[in-house]
Amino acid sequence: MEKTIDGSDARIEVRGVHKHFGSNQALDGMTFDVRPGQITGFVGPNGAGKSTTMRVILGLDRPDRGTALVGGRRYQDLRTPLTHIGALLDAAAVQPSRTARHHLLWLAHSQGLGAGRVDEVIRKVGLQDVARRKAGGFSLGMRQRLGIAVALLGDPPVVMLDEPFNGLDPEGFRWMRGFLASLAGQGRAVLVSSHLMSELQDSADHVVVVGRGKVVADMSVRELLASVSRGRVTLRTSALARAMTVLASSGATVSSTGSDTISVTELPAENVVSLLSRHAVPFSEISEHRASLEEAYMELTRDAVRYRGVVPEEAGR
Amino acid sequence: MTSTLTPPRTTARPARGGFGRLLHAEWTKFRTVRGWVWSAVGAVLIICLVGLLATAAGNESDPDGGSALPVGPGGEAVNDSFYFVHQKLRGDGSITVSVSSLAGAVTTDPDDSGSGLAPWAKAGVIVKDGLDQGSSYAAMMVTGSHGVRMQYDYTHDRAGMTGAASREAPRWLRLQRTGDTLTGYQSADGAKWTEVGHADLSGLSATPEVGLFVTSPSVEEETGTGTGFAPAVATGTFDRVTLGGRWTGGSWRNDQVGRDAGTSASYSQDAKGGATPSGDGFAVTGAGDIAPVVGGPATSGVRTIENFLVGTFAGLIIMVVVGAGCVTVEYRRGMIGLTLAASPRRGRVLVAKGLVVGSVALAVGVVSAAVMVPFGGRRSEANGFPVLTVPTATELRVIVGTGLLLAAASVFALAVGALLRRSAVAVTMVVVGMVLPYLLATASVLPDGASQWLLRVTPAAGFAIQQSIERYDQVVTVYAPSSGYFPLAPWAGLAVLGAYAAVSFAAAVVLLRRRDA
Repeated sequence: MEKTIDGSDARIEVRGVHKHFGSNQALDGMTFDVRPGQITGFVGPNGAGKSTTMRVILGLDRPDRGTALVGGRRYQDLRTPLTHIGALLDAAAVQPSRTARHHLLWLAHSQGLGAGRVDEVIRKVGLQDVARRKAGGFSLGMRQRLGIAVALLGDPPVVMLDEPFNGLDPEGFRWMRGFLASLAGQGRAVLVSSHLMSELQDSADHVVVVGRGKVVADMSVRELLASVSRGRVTLRTSALARAMTVLASSGATVSSTGSDTISVTELPAENVVSLLSRHAVPFSEISEHRASLEEAYMELTRDAVRYRGVVPEEAGR
Repeated sequence: MTSTLTPPRTTARPARGGFGRLLHAEWTKFRTVRGWVWSAVGAVLIICLVGLLATAAGNESDPDGGSALPVGPGGEAVNDSFYFVHQKLRGDGSITVSVSSLAGAVTTDPDDSGSGLAPWAKAGVIVKDGLDQGSSYAAMMVTGSHGVRMQYDYTHDRAGMTGAASREAPRWLRLQRTGDTLTGYQSADGAKWTEVGHADLSGLSATPEVGLFVTSPSVEEETGTGTGFAPAVATGTFDRVTLGGRWTGGSWRNDQVGRDAGTSASYSQDAKGGATPSGDGFAVTGAGDIAPVVGGPATSGVRTIENFLVGTFAGLIIMVVVGAGCVTVEYRRGMIGLTLAASPRRGRVLVAKGLVVGSVALAVGVVSAAVMVPFGGRRSEANGFPVLTVPTATELRVIVGTGLLLAAASVFALAVGALLRRSAVAVTMVVVGMVLPYLLATASVLPDGASQWLLRVTPAAGFAIQQSIERYDQVVTVYAPSSGYFPLAPWAGLAVLGAYAAVSFAAAVVLLRRRDA
């Protein structure tokens, strides 16, 4: 029986967080919210600052500037933090000679929880058969489940997982996706990071895209798709010049990509067909290409990289 | 899911409960790693095993030398061997004598003895509870080279006039009993008397043995291999023996007190104890000592309780590895992040860890010492070695101190481990800084000066807490680390180790707080 989740507890607020390691500016004004009842994807290329942001949220790394609040409070003010936020940062962070159950037990004791709760989460992640085995012998998938059990131990309103899909087989992948959905369904705020948008596109409701230590897009998955997916239509025609004229005059962006192929953007495929038919322009093949979330993400992060590339020059002036 | 806003929950919780949870968690962490639990058990076993092996040998030179040493009124082992010309005297009274010479003979090798007087050879008057060794007494005496002294109950020593006794300058000595109080007087001429001191011997028999005594400990001599001790006897010449007060003279009897000369001296083939009347006095020859037993070469064939604990350093190394390991493993495995996420108040995390590791080490030390001190003692006596018994309070200090020594060392290692985050480096540092100086200093590898210095300034000073034997100015031996004497007092030595542990622990807390996990 899960407790009722209070919406004011089930959120993370990250505001203007800066963090540097040596000369490397790891976080450069990271700002975003994680809201209750939905899965927020936290995406960006390796080195974009996802893990550092999560470590700042957990009070492990101290930010140079900015704040990160869990349920409205600073992490170091939480007395039983695991009952406020459960996190999986590094599935390998177990002492190999300790059993899975004992690993959970010391964590439970640190939060004033008992062995009963440990057995509950073991069942929940399906580790009951191996709970009394040493964690050192666990496969990556088993360790991921153990890490999830740690995150769930305190029945927290916020769950934060760093790359939880890493190393999962298809079965595990499906299990993880269902699991995340059920957590969000219970009203929890769920933050899931990945360097691959493809891992998140079917599960996340909201995405925070980061590049070079700052947020480059923070919107619902639907908005993200809409913002970048200008539908692209590819057309094969023997009357290349006429087709281009007709389409261009109706406001579409047209370019020829071969002796008999045209690429059309900013005009849906059905409009292209009706326009060409009305003007009796022959065409032999038409295909519509919808931008995937992955392409949108690539485009966004490419921009971020390009934008960031300018900064050192400006600073040098 | 509810979206109702509730007032923010208060963060105030009882602090003690928070730390109790942390302690519980750290204890669970410790007990669920089998290697650590077995290490603690192994540390107990190795301390006992090394202690047993080191004291396994039987006493071949003196197979029945295992008779227990006499114990003085203060609970400490004593030598109480001397030649005694005595009689039982009732009530209050006084005895007065003039000592006109004290001469000695030293046996440097079995066939040869030359003249030589031990600095603490003694001749004088004594009032002693009885003839049993270890019984209460007070005495006024002339010594080989420490002038006139008043000594009582073995450990007490007070100086009187200086200079040796001779026919031209005899020393007059008087002991006067008034109730339980014995007062010692001295005089250069038998006319003008000054008080040297007094002793309260509560419970002194109504009819103590009163008389003249002579005794002499072995004489220190430098040999090619170090300091040795050669057996010696002393002869004192007493004149004008006078009883006063209500004491009226009966007949004098001669006895050797103690079966032989004790652990600090011995009679040789041709030098036996005895007394011959001469004029109105006696010439008395004796060997032995009336003094507490000390360690070192002056006391051959005696075991001390720290002999049974020589394995402590091995158990200590194990607990140092455990102490450093229980924090460095968290860094190696990335678990420190989880630990600090579960308990964000980092200083407390380290304190909880230190308490858990320190308590385990304390238990290891106390258990092994509590086993070895009595068990080693019984076994040594069965093997023919007398054991230098010490007051119960000293025994308890050594047992508890062994625990504290291991606790401080393991917390020291934990702190260094937290600072360096590398187990191998931390363990090496603590072992090289603590165990190595201890072994070098106590195994007579280094000159005494260097050993003393090491045992003052390195964490090895902490081993001083295990020293059970005392230092007495009135007993000659080699008071050096190689014979079990530390330069610092027991608790002062432990405090040096404690300071090392405390400073590194404070530094570790500061760094843990400041550093990204």
